[in-house]
Amino acid sequence: MTEPLLCDLSVPDRIGIRFPEPDVPKTSLPEGLTRENLPLPELSEVDVVRHFTRLSQLNYCIDVGMYPLGSCTMKYNPKVNEEIARMPGFALTHPLQPIETVQGNLLMMFELQEWLKEISGFAGVTLQPAAGAQGELTGVMIIRAYHASRKDAKRAKILIPDSAHGTNPATSAMTGMQVVQVPSDSHGNVDLHALKAECDDTLAGLMLTNPNTLGLFDENVKEVVRLVHEAGGLVYGDGANLNALLGIVRPGDLGIDVMHFNLHKTFSTPHGGGGPGSGPVGVAKHLVDFLPAPVIGIVEEGDDETPPMYGYLTPAKTIGRVKSFMGQFGMMVRAYTYMRMHGAEGLRQIAEYSVLNANYLMALLKKAYPLPYDRVCMHEFVLEGHWEDAPEIHALDIAKRMMDYHLHPPTNYFPLIVHEALMIEPTETESKQSLDAFAEVLLKIAEEAHREPELLKTAPHITPVGRLDEVKAAKELVLCCVVESAYEAEEMH
Amino acid sequence: MFIPHTDADREAMLRTIGVKKLEELFQDVPAAQRFPELNLPDAVTEMEIMAEMDAIAGANESTRDMICFLGAGAYNHYIPAAVDSILRRGEFYTAYTPYQPEVSQGTLQAIFDYQSLVTALTGMEVSNASHYDGATAVAEAVSLAFAQFRGKRTKVILSAAVNPQYRQVVRTYNEGCNYALVGDDAKIDPQTGPGALIPLIDKETALVIVQYPDFFGRVFDYTELAKAAHAEGSLLAVAVNPMALGLLTPPGEQGADIVTGEGQPLGIPLSFGGPYLGLFATRMEYVRKMAGRLVGETVDNRGQRAYVLTLTAREQHIRREKATSNICTNQGLMALAATVYMSLLGKYGLRQVAELCYHKAHYAAKNITKLPGYKIWSAEPFFNEFTVKCPHPVKEINDHLLEHGILGGYDLGQDYAKLKNHMLIAVTEMNSREEIDLLVDTLAEVSHD
Repeated sequence: MTEPLLCDLSVPDRIGIRFPEPDVPKTSLPEGLTRENLPLPELSEVDVVRHFTRLSQLNYCIDVGMYPLGSCTMKYNPKVNEEIARMPGFALTHPLQPIETVQGNLLMMFELQEWLKEISGFAGVTLQPAAGAQGELTGVMIIRAYHASRKDAKRAKILIPDSAHGTNPATSAMTGMQVVQVPSDSHGNVDLHALKAECDDTLAGLMLTNPNTLGLFDENVKEVVRLVHEAGGLVYGDGANLNALLGIVRPGDLGIDVMHFNLHKTFSTPHGGGGPGSGPVGVAKHLVDFLPAPVIGIVEEGDDETPPMYGYLTPAKTIGRVKSFMGQFGMMVRAYTYMRMHGAEGLRQIAEYSVLNANYLMALLKKAYPLPYDRVCMHEFVLEGHWEDAPEIHALDIAKRMMDYHLHPPTNYFPLIVHEALMIEPTETESKQSLDAFAEVLLKIAEEAHREPELLKTAPHITPVGRLDEVKAAKELVLCCVVESAYEAEEMH
Repeated sequence: MFIPHTDADREAMLRTIGVKKLEELFQDVPAAQRFPELNLPDAVTEMEIMAEMDAIAGANESTRDMICFLGAGAYNHYIPAAVDSILRRGEFYTAYTPYQPEVSQGTLQAIFDYQSLVTALTGMEVSNASHYDGATAVAEAVSLAFAQFRGKRTKVILSAAVNPQYRQVVRTYNEGCNYALVGDDAKIDPQTGPGALIPLIDKETALVIVQYPDFFGRVFDYTELAKAAHAEGSLLAVAVNPMALGLLTPPGEQGADIVTGEGQPLGIPLSFGGPYLGLFATRMEYVRKMAGRLVGETVDNRGQRAYVLTLTAREQHIRREKATSNICTNQGLMALAATVYMSLLGKYGLRQVAELCYHKAHYAAKNITKLPGYKIWSAEPFFNEFTVKCPHPVKEINDHLLEHGILGGYDLGQDYAKLKNHMLIAVTEMNSREEIDLLVDTLAEVSHD
């Protein structure tokens, strides 16, 4: 049974919450500008709480089990993060308050900037971007501004490996850059010959995801960076897969010029069913002046008795503002808490155990599923969800069948360079038992695929809804349900 | 803590993989840069971090410690308890983007509910699943307009009375795209209304952008502006405060083609500026040019009504460099907060809160304007925010208010050279009559010296 919509639940004259009567004299409402119709539902608090609680029960989530989406880093989200982000001193501060009244917030943000610099080997960090894609946009705009400041504006070509996330080419196109795809070689690394051929004086930069979306650390990363730099370009690092590198290697030390972080992947802030994320950007020394404004800095040095005063600084050649206020502050509080609870050693363990988990699971599964790149992987790996001797089964069928075993499927059909990809990222927060159980299900599904393919083709069977008619959704475009409801003239006055 | 492995687990796993030590898994990383020493503070326990963060949070003065009359794009409203109670359900906040609809109907249907409520509130035909915030939603309106005209129209008119931060973001996004942004240069008197924009509209104009209420709090009827824009084939985008739409005619009824907005007033805490919520609604004819996720209704193979992400062919993971935008993760949980908030308040509650804001703001304005040296901009109606010309620099006045526990209004002189000594004051349902009287009395103390 499915849950009714709000518009179906609405009953005339129900109210969900009362507010006090005005304690000031009323003023007449603006003539000709007062709305006569507000078609919102009418529900009691009980209706509302039950509706959303019932909806919540239709979701899978990390709190019930493993969520192995490749490149999404669905790790456990510590509960303490949620408590701290809701402390009134954080949650009830207005973004435009005088800096004297928000020194706690600014100190926290300043230290977060410093820690991100230390972890990544960059010289400057902005916390402003709202999510990974906006971090990418910020990074590419910084690259463009850098070339423009050197009167080298003809550089408009951005190279993007064929294994990259779709956001990379979309971001480059948004900034007016010309996107050129670079192929991968047979080891899953950037093809150096193809790269060399594109390294000319129109090159603005390369967007590199490392480890890439195959979960492989590019063995030639320093050569890739050298080639791009030699041609006068800059290297953008997509930080989506940073979880594998914490305490292992600093992207700045490899010569990466600019990179975004995903606080909602690497640093445990929750994904929220599709946001909010947070996408700070780190840059090497030669790009610090281009960061979005403002950045958090010390505006008055302290001494033995008084702490320094933190405030807002505008970088000299800033690309401008990319978001209102200072970014996704609540996410920063959570990421700060998480980093503070780990320290240097704990962060390195995150990377080590995420890589251990991925290699362990790969070892368990590669006997039953084709593994196109058989190398030690980092935090994730990619299998093929297809067998020559079970031709009717596709990655999608495997994904749907997993739901019958109460598991969330991995990312499928990405990266595009692997046919029928199943991209699996267990993260460090899964135990050996959880991985063993996961592998057992996948091995069983591989057997079913050969013996009883119909079980997969018709899956899922136990979920609240079965496979959906996506063509109907796109063709008919039913995108809202609005209640019919006009105010009676006397009701409001 | 969050890594469950015992030593025995680790050793068993390494044996299965066929290596002796964890370090061996990192051979592909260049040796010279491998395993850097990180200079970070030592780890602390949960008990310690709670105390430490309590102290950091305690170094702030929050809107609970002060009486807040500051708005300018973020507002101090009451949030019903049920909102956070729903948000804290792990099923919502620890789920990913609903790419697997069979196990994500909760998120998908909640987004559909959200789209329905935003469509109703704005008087438009379709809403997406959210943008990052009010500022980036305006930047995405510009992208929609350029996509609509396939880049053939190259001019955007941006009213000077649009939130300065929104205008900055539009400029940043637009840098390098060679489009002309006009309407808000320093020569223009910010006090002029939308009528002054009409002569700027021509056949080159892709989009006209205004705010409702505008940044100075004023409410204009944009019907004539919409007609003028449409006469030249241009589009009109209106950035709204959604709380005002509890009371005011929705832009959809005034001819807007795109309605954007900052959704924070709808049940989202101030949280020092984020996470907030970008509202984005438009007409069906532009739906394929709209960026961001969209949920549609369909049926499953058992014949049940169900919800799914639709028109994904517009999005980056399918279209790559040809996508309408690079947006991926957006503000899902904040959209849920707004959905629960609007469901609870409903048709009458939202109107009631909007009227409370309106009456209290007008009470404040009437009393402030009686003070010697203070003058309210009163030529147009306003909602819950209004502009006051002050007898002294705003910083001086605000310093004095702060000594009395009052968080004063926004200093408009920061953004507008012509508006030195002008303060933007916001009043909400949270401000009692006593608090407003205290504001007026405290302002009186700096009215003449």
